[in-house]
Amino acid sequence: MRVNVTVNGEQRQADDVWEGESLLFVLRERLGLPGSKNACEQGECGSCTVYLDDVPVCACLVAAGQAQDRSVRTVEGLASGDQLDPVQEAFVEAGAVQCGFCTPGLVVAAHDLLNRVPSPSDPEIREALAGNLCRCTGYEKILDAVRLAASRR
Amino acid sequence: MTLTPAELTSAVSGGIGTSPQRPDGNLKVRGEFAYASDLWHEDMIWGATLRSPHPYARIVSIDLTEALKVPGVYAVLTHSDVPGRNLYGLEHKDQPVLAVDVVRYQGEPVALVGADHPETALRAMKKIAVVYDVLDPVVDMETAVDSVPLHPGGNLVRHVPIRRGSQDVQADVVVTGRYEVGMQDQAFLGPESGLAVPASDGSVDLYIATQWLHVDRTQVASALGLPEEKVRLTLSGVGGAFGGREDLSMQVHACLLALHTGKPVKMVYNREESFYGHVHRHPAVLYYEHGADHTGKLVYVRARIYLDGGAYASSTPAVVANAATLGVGPYEVDNVTVDCYGVYTNNPPCGAMRGFGAVQAGFAYESQMDKLAEALGMSPVDVRIRNAMTEGSVMPTGQVVDSAAPVAQLLKLVQDKPLPAGTSSDIRELPGGVSNTTHGEGVVRGVGYAVGIKNICFSEGYDDYSTARVRVSMVNGSLAAAVHTAACEVGQGLVTIMQQIVRTELGIERVTVLPMDTTIGNGGSTSASRQTYVTGGAVKAACAAVRARLNGRVDIGSEVIDETVEWRHRATEALDPVTGQGNAHVQYGFAAHRAVVDVDVELGLVRVVALDCAQDVGRALNPQAVVGQIQGGSAQGLGLAVMEEIQTSGGKVRNPSFTDYLIPTVLDMPPMSIDVLELADPHAPYGIRGVGEPPTISSTPAIVAAIRAATGLALTRVPVRPEHLTGT
Repeated sequence: MRVNVTVNGEQRQADDVWEGESLLFVLRERLGLPGSKNACEQGECGSCTVYLDDVPVCACLVAAGQAQDRSVRTVEGLASGDQLDPVQEAFVEAGAVQCGFCTPGLVVAAHDLLNRVPSPSDPEIREALAGNLCRCTGYEKILDAVRLAASRR
Repeated sequence: MTLTPAELTSAVSGGIGTSPQRPDGNLKVRGEFAYASDLWHEDMIWGATLRSPHPYARIVSIDLTEALKVPGVYAVLTHSDVPGRNLYGLEHKDQPVLAVDVVRYQGEPVALVGADHPETALRAMKKIAVVYDVLDPVVDMETAVDSVPLHPGGNLVRHVPIRRGSQDVQADVVVTGRYEVGMQDQAFLGPESGLAVPASDGSVDLYIATQWLHVDRTQVASALGLPEEKVRLTLSGVGGAFGGREDLSMQVHACLLALHTGKPVKMVYNREESFYGHVHRHPAVLYYEHGADHTGKLVYVRARIYLDGGAYASSTPAVVANAATLGVGPYEVDNVTVDCYGVYTNNPPCGAMRGFGAVQAGFAYESQMDKLAEALGMSPVDVRIRNAMTEGSVMPTGQVVDSAAPVAQLLKLVQDKPLPAGTSSDIRELPGGVSNTTHGEGVVRGVGYAVGIKNICFSEGYDDYSTARVRVSMVNGSLAAAVHTAACEVGQGLVTIMQQIVRTELGIERVTVLPMDTTIGNGGSTSASRQTYVTGGAVKAACAAVRARLNGRVDIGSEVIDETVEWRHRATEALDPVTGQGNAHVQYGFAAHRAVVDVDVELGLVRVVALDCAQDVGRALNPQAVVGQIQGGSAQGLGLAVMEEIQTSGGKVRNPSFTDYLIPTVLDMPPMSIDVLELADPHAPYGIRGVGEPPTISSTPAIVAAIRAATGLALTRVPVRPEHLTGT
């Protein structure tokens, strides 16, 4: 099948998509956007978190066809040219990035949190990021990064 | 075509002792860092692996006919298509690339498919007809040696005895225990992945997420029947490792498919396959007896330790040596009897995971120290300090600890930290959290302590070295440096450390880290907390060679100074096979934890409220990265304490998913206050002490000690499950 979807503000088209493909597979393997990650492909780790019409979703749990004529924003669409989004900047500065495989999903989830709650409390941050697994950091520096980003908005 | 991470040059400078930003940080937060599963090549096809559904079976026949008819399939391969040696392994060559006539664990690779789409490959795999004659699996590590032999030499992989002092001394106070450690998974987030690209001369390029490029290459070349120079490996982006990438996974398989089809082949495991595709932490059964005098001074320790290596040896021999030599912990004990056994079973193969044998022993000996404290009426911290090792102490192997061993100081540091406020009334901070399972009723608090010891670098006489190349030339009128190694960046921040060392040694701000590959000599494994020590040492030494040629010049015109150095740490010795005596280890690392927990004793739910750590790192080359390692290691220890276990039944894995194998989320992790000591080791570059593993050892027993303190239960097994707490 053919899928037409707006990704990071651009109209994109993917052809010969097998009906069972996820939005994640189409982004990664057909549209050249591998930033959203494939850590579990079962909706448990959050590493593929993207905005679908402004709502964060696990792209691995969205069938490619469900994205037809809708708008997707991925981690690749957060920075403005060379200028990182404040959340991205804070993740690098705070040492919240080690292997980085969870980072794209966490950056999108934290970006969404700060859009909704500009000055979140620690329990609010923890609850908002509870669907994103990280195996390297123990999360302390991820919390630092979100606090830092919030302080700069 | 996306093949590998680019060269990395940071915008932020900083030498050792500072915390400059990672040179790959911007790429990672932008989603532009090329991990192994992101690789892409024109005309590439997808590889997939058919695995055994049985823990132990004879293969009666394999029929590929129907699979080969599936449109879009390029190749279906079995062991008969392996041109070289069909056996590989880190220490024993006992593991088939593809099974021949027997499978020894559930998930063992049997056949490969190369196809135009992952789904095509899956459909073709379903059409491969394998007839198995299912056999009774060997699954009990304690009786495995006397069970049906799974390998020609029987089921004992290695026995390490330690005999020190008197073997029959008596003591005033004796405590005994039997402890169990479940099978933990590394659960790195980036699944096993790689891309093999065949060349017209019959050679192959493999872009791969691994911990050790050169040992991968040796094993891949052997299986392919190629000289090593015809197998070129380049490190792609690695999404965590923690020991799970020391062994081969899809390396040979992708190359076989690529050479067979003439096409680039990408292989990416999904999470379920990842659970079958790498080795795990050895489950263990440990019997301990501690004897002490009335003052709490240890008189003897006797231990018998079983480690379940599963179907293939992997690094079991070295894990056995660690559990044995570190088996009494960071304590002075004159009389030691340890027997540690690593065995073959039909359980999943086990090998390296952060802490590597020291974790299993650590849970047991620290549980024993708490038991001893209780028997003596002493506090857990006091009994530990009473026996704490110091610089100059003698290990059970006879090795003298010849640099700082601040065991008592680390314990005091965590003991003196402020305790968190009492049990919260906010349900988000209670066991069960927003599941709203309690408002505080049935919740009790406990505090626990533990301290651990880990060897740093490779041991037992292994020729452990790394190779570094530093090249200096003029760029835009200033000196610029490039550093090249084959040492794998897996997330820990080696790329940052190498830049810092070059800046400090040469005073050059602009430092590029070249892609890691096999065009340069061996960098050794990214394991045993060794890369900052060994590859850091090599980079420092290469800088010294460059500095000598620079001779103070800041303008070298068109000259290029290019120096490559192989650097070794001081040699170690083999263990005596009868007494276990010998200077087997290079360096020891120590960490201590204090855990505070709230336990809902009615539902068996645990919330770790605080998990504070003190660790000596010799010298913190990058303080931010050091704290990140300690916090991350502590988190993996928390996972083993209260949630993480690959559950097997009759050799079959019951929970190969992140739905059923739980790792800590941000809701499970408490705030972690970290104290870093910098007591330089005079034998190590810059005085550093390996950082990554020690916190993983003491975290688990500290948390379990806190749960015991809260509940009064014995808790002899990790992970602690709700039913252990409720007795239901």
